[in-house]
Amino acid sequence: MSIPAPLPLPAPPPVPLPARAALRWRVAVDPGHAALMAILLAILGVFVVLPIGVVLKVALTGAEGGMTLSHLVRFFHTPLYMESLVNSLVAGLWTVAIGTVLALPLAFVVARYDFPGRMLVVTLATLPLVIPPFVGAIALMQIFGRAGTVTLLFQDLFGLRLNIMEGLRGIILAQALHFFPFIFLTVTTALMNVDRSLEEMGQMMGARGWRLQRRVVFPLVLPSYAAGALLTFVKAVDDIGTPFILGFKNMLGPQAYLRITTVGRDDVDGYVICVVMVIISIVCVLASNWIVSRREYATLQTGARAPEGGRTLTGWRLTGVLGMCAAIIGTALIPHLGVVLLSFSKVWSLSYLPSAYTLGNYAEIFLRAPRFVVNTLVYSVGAALLSVVLAAAIAYLLQRGRVPGKGLLDWIAMMPIALPGVVVGVGFLRVFYGITLPWIDQPLAATWVIFVLAYMVRRLPYALRASHAALHQVHPSLEDAAGIAGAPRLRAFRRVVLPLILGGVIAGGVLVFVTAAVEFSATIILVSRIEQSPLAYGIYIYSQSALGRGSAAALGVVAIVIVALGTYLANRLSGRGRMAFTL
Amino acid sequence: MRLQPVDVEVRGLHRRFRDAVAVHDLSLLIQRGEFFTFLGPSGCGKTTTLRMIAGLLEPDAGEILFDGRDMTRVPPWHRNIGMVFQNYALWPHMTVFENVAFGLVERRAPRGEISGRVEEALRLVGLEGLGSRLPSQLSGGQQQRVALARAVVVEPALLLLDEPLSNLDAKLRVQMRNELVKLQRQLGITTIYVTHDQEEALMLSTRVAVMHRGHLMQIGSPQDVYERPADPFVADFLGGANFLPGAVRATSGEGIAVVLEGGEVLHASASRNAGFAAGERVTVCLRPEVLDLVPADGAADGGNVLHGTLRLRNYLGWVMTCEIELRGGALIRAQAANPRVQLRFAEGGPIAVRFSPEDVLLLPGSA
Repeated sequence: MSIPAPLPLPAPPPVPLPARAALRWRVAVDPGHAALMAILLAILGVFVVLPIGVVLKVALTGAEGGMTLSHLVRFFHTPLYMESLVNSLVAGLWTVAIGTVLALPLAFVVARYDFPGRMLVVTLATLPLVIPPFVGAIALMQIFGRAGTVTLLFQDLFGLRLNIMEGLRGIILAQALHFFPFIFLTVTTALMNVDRSLEEMGQMMGARGWRLQRRVVFPLVLPSYAAGALLTFVKAVDDIGTPFILGFKNMLGPQAYLRITTVGRDDVDGYVICVVMVIISIVCVLASNWIVSRREYATLQTGARAPEGGRTLTGWRLTGVLGMCAAIIGTALIPHLGVVLLSFSKVWSLSYLPSAYTLGNYAEIFLRAPRFVVNTLVYSVGAALLSVVLAAAIAYLLQRGRVPGKGLLDWIAMMPIALPGVVVGVGFLRVFYGITLPWIDQPLAATWVIFVLAYMVRRLPYALRASHAALHQVHPSLEDAAGIAGAPRLRAFRRVVLPLILGGVIAGGVLVFVTAAVEFSATIILVSRIEQSPLAYGIYIYSQSALGRGSAAALGVVAIVIVALGTYLANRLSGRGRMAFTL
Repeated sequence: MRLQPVDVEVRGLHRRFRDAVAVHDLSLLIQRGEFFTFLGPSGCGKTTTLRMIAGLLEPDAGEILFDGRDMTRVPPWHRNIGMVFQNYALWPHMTVFENVAFGLVERRAPRGEISGRVEEALRLVGLEGLGSRLPSQLSGGQQQRVALARAVVVEPALLLLDEPLSNLDAKLRVQMRNELVKLQRQLGITTIYVTHDQEEALMLSTRVAVMHRGHLMQIGSPQDVYERPADPFVADFLGGANFLPGAVRATSGEGIAVVLEGGEVLHASASRNAGFAAGERVTVCLRPEVLDLVPADGAADGGNVLHGTLRLRNYLGWVMTCEIELRGGALIRAQAANPRVQLRFAEGGPIAVRFSPEDVLLLPGSA
């Protein structure tokens, strides 16, 4: 039985080190780890640092060489570019604003009340994520466009001429309907995590109802909301598919594309626009990270949290809540309905609904021109495999490696999260057009491999995060125990670590596959021949003609199915019930 | 099982982490078949030492020898050791059978032999028939046994145990402790045990090494380190103790007289405290459990008596711990058995403690 003694005890006297020991002190560097680190840094250097570095270099190099900001300054004095900048920012802000209006009420009722159909609301509210915004845009044109269903309806009923999809408005609508689940998910999670005791304390202090929400709950949830909103903004600015489908080119992404593809790969302005996009993106991502890192205070999570499930709703309140959910989710699912309908339509012009139905659109994309789907599968699977192998190695080094340079590796591997797809595409084009593959005598950028590499870089952070989380679950002692039991390092990895992280790593790979399958921004820059183009570009090509709309929609349905199945699979594999599909 | 235990020698072992020295110039010899324990508070270097012996951590300096063979640079998978980790480290994707068989598979044991040896090891720890379960389907105590079976099935030359009982509840811990000591005696395997729990250390070990801040403070049998602690740290860590500074006034054949700083004179037995000379400064070390609480006006009865005021009384049912402020101002702790009787002393009232000269331990120097 020990009794804690309050008496201060003398520390043992410092003993001088034996000289022999002092000599053999060294940083513990594992040679195997160091070699792996060198290989990974080389790969990331070529495929991440080099493309972005080249973009920066071109944008900042003057006519006679040497650093200059003159190109950047000229950007701000060119009316077209300024208009594009303003348009991009305005579209992003409105997307966040409308997304917030759609997301917050849903998040609040789902987190705070218990009512029949609550889980259905959660599921349906995340569904818009499976429809790429540029796919949704096609359907929205058909419904809200100049000759769309709703437009016609208003004209016939009230004699009103609506023009919802005109210009920026259409882009904002398509993006808001796609992106609002990001805000919904972050805010719902944050609301669920708010320690009930904080609210109860507020109530005991006399705050009730709206005042309680305003003074206690909102401030606690605000950081999560801000982080979610910033990321939504970044994604909205990054999305150039929607402006392209809707034919609105006066935005940053489309301008960069137009300069590079029409004026040429050496046109400085294209690169300058890229730099501006990178700056916007990096500022938002850094701000979001900063907010997240500061938000610990929002959730105490010291003791056991109050059991989930809020107040049960009855009567008119229940009716009101259900009505609101139905209205919001109904709006959010319009693109889905529209795309499916359009994909089966033969003729849908100047009528509320298609006047003739057909399976011909599917015949077109699967039988006559199957290359879009096939290419997409090949590129996405390739990107997923590459990024999974890279990510698993990186995660292992970051968590277990005995080697310097881990911070740098982590930083570079996560960098693509703040790089717009257009910029990755432009950087790849610039760097890899100069590299000719000797055995086929073609620039690397002209082969289909470029898509695999670009998608791999774009989505590496997703795979890395999944691998990181999976490896985090494997306590180092499991590996130690394997070593003690007689398994050398590689065998211990194969028999113990790999089986344990496989599920999470594959889940990450599926996420890469899914997001690569609907990648538009980098694709449109890199496409040089139609035979090489994946589904996303196919949708764009088809959507440019009235006759091709149906086929574009059919491809869109394929994209939706891929994303929906993949997301479901990823969530099953990672063993968690919540959406892993958040940036 | 046909175990061939080794002796383990450690020479000048040294390891630091960034700016902190974890193990400092450690040298000792662990005999074949011994149950040897590293005991100390967290951060004392005991686990670092164990991990270096296991080969999971490389020492910055020093040597590790098994039976005189230098193992310092030999990786763990070639050391032929068994180890039980604090969190058991059972592989969650393998059944109990697969967990135990792992090491045999790695050692290329003949296929026909594996099943029998795994069954034998499971029987040894009382888990026969549970081979097809997953670790997650077992209780904490059962997981512990699987870890033990996995460690001994390969017939290791050395068994390492890293706080294996710390994740069990109190009752189970006592039970597992008894089983562990039985198993070790039965197998006769050299065993190195790491713990911060003095009871475990005293009960299990043939010898205990007490460590503090990377330094070896004392090494000896459980009775040695408890009855004859080398310094105040060991005395305090093992069982707890009160320390009072003083000086030897006179020595004689049967006793030593010590003057405390407050002027009180104590008598210590000379047989327990050999080698002190008159005038030497000493620290008087008194274990809380040797102090009898007596009324302040009671007779000395030939023992030592110190007077003071009862400051705090913690009634724990089976025992009562008290804080007493001595006349000189020093605070001491006493632990009284039979608290029902001792409740007669009120907090704030006068009190005295009585103890025999046999219970007085003198440490050289002043704390």
